[in-house]
Amino acid sequence: MNISLEVMLQLCIILPLIATLAIVAMGRKPNLREAITISTCLMLLYCVINLYQELARGEEISVFWWELLPGLQVNFTIEPLGMLFALIASFLWLITSLYAIGYMRSHQEGNQTRFYACFAIAISAVMGIAFAANLFTLFIFYEVLTLTTYPLVTHTGTEKAKRGGRIYLGILLSTSIVFFLLAIVSTWFVAGSLDFKPKGIFDPNIDTTLAGAILVLFILGIGKAAIMPFHRWLPAAMVAPTPVSALLHAVAVVKAGVFTVLKVCVFIFGLDLLSLLPSTQFLLYLAGVSVLLASFIAIRQDNLKARLAYSTISQLGYVTIGALLATPSGVIGSSMHIAMHAFGKITLFFCAGAILVAAHKTKISEMRGLGRQMPITMAAFFIASLSIIGVPPAGGTWSKWFLLMGTMEAGQWTLMIVLMVSSLLNIAYLLPIPFYAFFPKSTPDKKADNGDGEARSLTEVKIKEAPLLSLIALSITTLACVILFIYPQPLYELSKAILDTSGGVYGK
Amino acid sequence: MLAHLPVLQVIVPLLAAPLCLMLRRPRLVWLFSLLVSTCTFLISILLLQQVMVSGTVIYELGGWEAPWGIEYRIDKLSAYLLLIISAISTVILLAAQVSIEKEISEDKQTLFYVLYLLFLTGMLGIIATGDAFNVFVFLEISSLSAYALIALGNDRRALWASFQYLIMGTIGATFILIGIGMMYQMTGTLNMADLSERLPELSQTRTVFAAFTFVIVGICLKLALFPLHLWLPNAYAYAPSIVTSIFAATATKVTIYLLIRFTFSVFGLSFSFTTLPLQILFMVLGLLGVFVASTTAIYQKNVKHLFAYSSIAQIGYIIVGFSISTVSGLTATLLHVFNHALMKGALFLALGAVMYRIGSVQLSQFQGLGRQMPFTMAAIVIGGLSLIGVPLTVGFVSKWYLLMALIEKGWWHVALLILLGSLLAIVYVWRIIEMAYFKPSLAGRESIKEAPMSFLTPIWILVLANIYFGIDTRLSVQVAQAAAQSLFGVSP
Repeated sequence: MNISLEVMLQLCIILPLIATLAIVAMGRKPNLREAITISTCLMLLYCVINLYQELARGEEISVFWWELLPGLQVNFTIEPLGMLFALIASFLWLITSLYAIGYMRSHQEGNQTRFYACFAIAISAVMGIAFAANLFTLFIFYEVLTLTTYPLVTHTGTEKAKRGGRIYLGILLSTSIVFFLLAIVSTWFVAGSLDFKPKGIFDPNIDTTLAGAILVLFILGIGKAAIMPFHRWLPAAMVAPTPVSALLHAVAVVKAGVFTVLKVCVFIFGLDLLSLLPSTQFLLYLAGVSVLLASFIAIRQDNLKARLAYSTISQLGYVTIGALLATPSGVIGSSMHIAMHAFGKITLFFCAGAILVAAHKTKISEMRGLGRQMPITMAAFFIASLSIIGVPPAGGTWSKWFLLMGTMEAGQWTLMIVLMVSSLLNIAYLLPIPFYAFFPKSTPDKKADNGDGEARSLTEVKIKEAPLLSLIALSITTLACVILFIYPQPLYELSKAILDTSGGVYGK
Repeated sequence: MLAHLPVLQVIVPLLAAPLCLMLRRPRLVWLFSLLVSTCTFLISILLLQQVMVSGTVIYELGGWEAPWGIEYRIDKLSAYLLLIISAISTVILLAAQVSIEKEISEDKQTLFYVLYLLFLTGMLGIIATGDAFNVFVFLEISSLSAYALIALGNDRRALWASFQYLIMGTIGATFILIGIGMMYQMTGTLNMADLSERLPELSQTRTVFAAFTFVIVGICLKLALFPLHLWLPNAYAYAPSIVTSIFAATATKVTIYLLIRFTFSVFGLSFSFTTLPLQILFMVLGLLGVFVASTTAIYQKNVKHLFAYSSIAQIGYIIVGFSISTVSGLTATLLHVFNHALMKGALFLALGAVMYRIGSVQLSQFQGLGRQMPFTMAAIVIGGLSLIGVPLTVGFVSKWYLLMALIEKGWWHVALLILLGSLLAIVYVWRIIEMAYFKPSLAGRESIKEAPMSFLTPIWILVLANIYFGIDTRLSVQVAQAAAQSLFGVSP
């Protein structure tokens, strides 16, 4: 196939949209509908990988769509950070789609056509965010992503889903309208531009108080990064079906948030200016508090999805800290953590969904001894947990390493301690789950109320895993966690290139 | 022919109105009115083209030279408003036949179109004319027909709403008349251009102060600016659906025009904003309007009431933009005039479709409509998103300009308040969405179907316009900017 790169870039955004139409049209034929989803995933992945290779070759690709308001254009370009995000999202969309097909069918969810259609629009919005060439374009897709995920969160249509949806939409829309939009308009007014530039767009002699205020508006406004006190939407969104929680609330939506934070810090403010601003320190501590508090809350959650949600909030804080540290290691650590956490957390959510489908359990306290029934799932859970904690042999090791380096480079000793303590807390809330699943302490009362529990003789426990498609999906992501530990070079180079892009060229 | 366009704009619907009586058969009358409205639309396009190319068009009525005769004066601002009103009127008329058939008894249907055309005449006349007294005449034409149109509503409360509006509207019109009379007394002229030349030298007299106050208060009554808005919700809620749509989309826009015309062109910027504290007054009233009306909207049980209060809030935004008194502020105001016409036109027409199918627009009756009337409800969702100001809708464009204007002026706190105000819109829009999509349909309602095509078409024309002009803003922004610049005397 000989498609020009510009076309390919646009295809990344348009393909899922076309797929949406096709999915709606094929709503009555589930098999065909799912075939469309999967083939679009593959085509999208093909495009993104092609673009990645071209980027590595040093090509500059940019596309101009139209001018919405005088001076405010909707256009797209490719740079390493966006590429990284696009690669993760498109790859995980494919995996999640596989998983979702297995999950949705065996769980017999309704309105599946709407589900897949909204999913496709959401991915299109994510691609728009990843490739946005300026803040304005990014904002448009950011809002589209919020709105299109609302029907996914409220998928079941129950009273609980409605309430969750309210919090979800309320926080995300409010923060983006009040703070984010104001920050963008202010930036446009002060700097006269919204383009992402390698050294930032502000005049180096700008009044630091003003720029500091704008930075606060940005960090508060990007509600998707779930910095406390605007984190409540993430646990609320857990009413959604598990594939949605997996892709959107572990990968696409939250990563769009921290991605935007990183973009703003590096390409709007620039690291030099960022380190001078008076509000940076305050925001760093805010993120630090977010990291610690969320970890503490996570320990207390008995609902597995809620625990994972709070863990996500905590991990997002890491990325924000890395961005705000304004040191090269911090930025590298941040962007690597986007990837590492994405693979780790999506695996954990896949496992949570698999447990729900196969064993109908949502509470952690009920999962003792589940390792015998679902060995693959629980092994995957264990490895993904290691990645989140940041110990070998899982990918999370590297990103945490760079983040710690970043705190040292910047001399932020308090934050270094915060990150270390938080890692210990990660161990406390994640590892007991697989541990007790495999090595339950037999308690007499457990025997009574839990039929397929651990106390029955070993031979009696039958292996009953989740649907095959779901199992394949979670094995792939687990494998990815391990591979990223052994072979993190491409990821590292991509992350390093973010700061080298003096002229938008990478790899030369 | 082309030279006569300014007068044709007004006279075509005026002459057509009595003709309707001869045609008698409602369907025929409808087609005829639609034709007339389309004509006015085409005329307004031609006029806008003329004005954008060659500047202000002046037409002397009967060949009498101004200031002795009456002149019609179409500048960029008026051409822009003429286009908005005739366009929206035409689209709304498309749906009229279906809706009217259901809501108004057969013997009154012809009368409806007569009144509608007269109302249209009045509004177009107010904008086209360059004579202050003529403004009053057209204002009365449109108001009187408006009272009657509201009274046509088949809810008995429509009569009371119409009466309320009659009283308030008459007070407003009288105030305007008194103001115009005082100006005439001081200057001896009624021609607006002439007035604007003579008023500055008299600007320190008490009579001119009083004249200004009467005119502005009168206009604000008609505009339903908070706290003079009390007549509006009931008038909107109990009028026939089509009437509500055209009112919400156009009537308040014309009064905004009058406000701008009198403050900027007749009295002059320095008098209006420097001598008198209009700026702070309008800013505060506008903001109060936004917050009080939006909050009230949240607690409404009738969706027409809900959107009526939302209209009052939107007028607040328009007035805040106006109070900034800079070119960008006025641009934002004019843009929102256009954009709000599109949003409210679409929303109220969609409510008309709901009314057509289930005979009520109580919020509790919206249960399950998301499934039963998917296209109508989708229109309400998109219209609502536009009202909130989500990117890719027109609401975002006006919000962006308003924010820019406020920040340019250094009013950060107002900018923040404006954004907080728009959060309230999320709440009231989402009440409808949750009701329509999360509740099962009411018992005995299973047979409700989607609205007929002839209803959906105009609704979706307006909805798509909401999106189109949110993406391609060249036309609306250019014209609004040009109009604002010419009012400030800046050559673009």
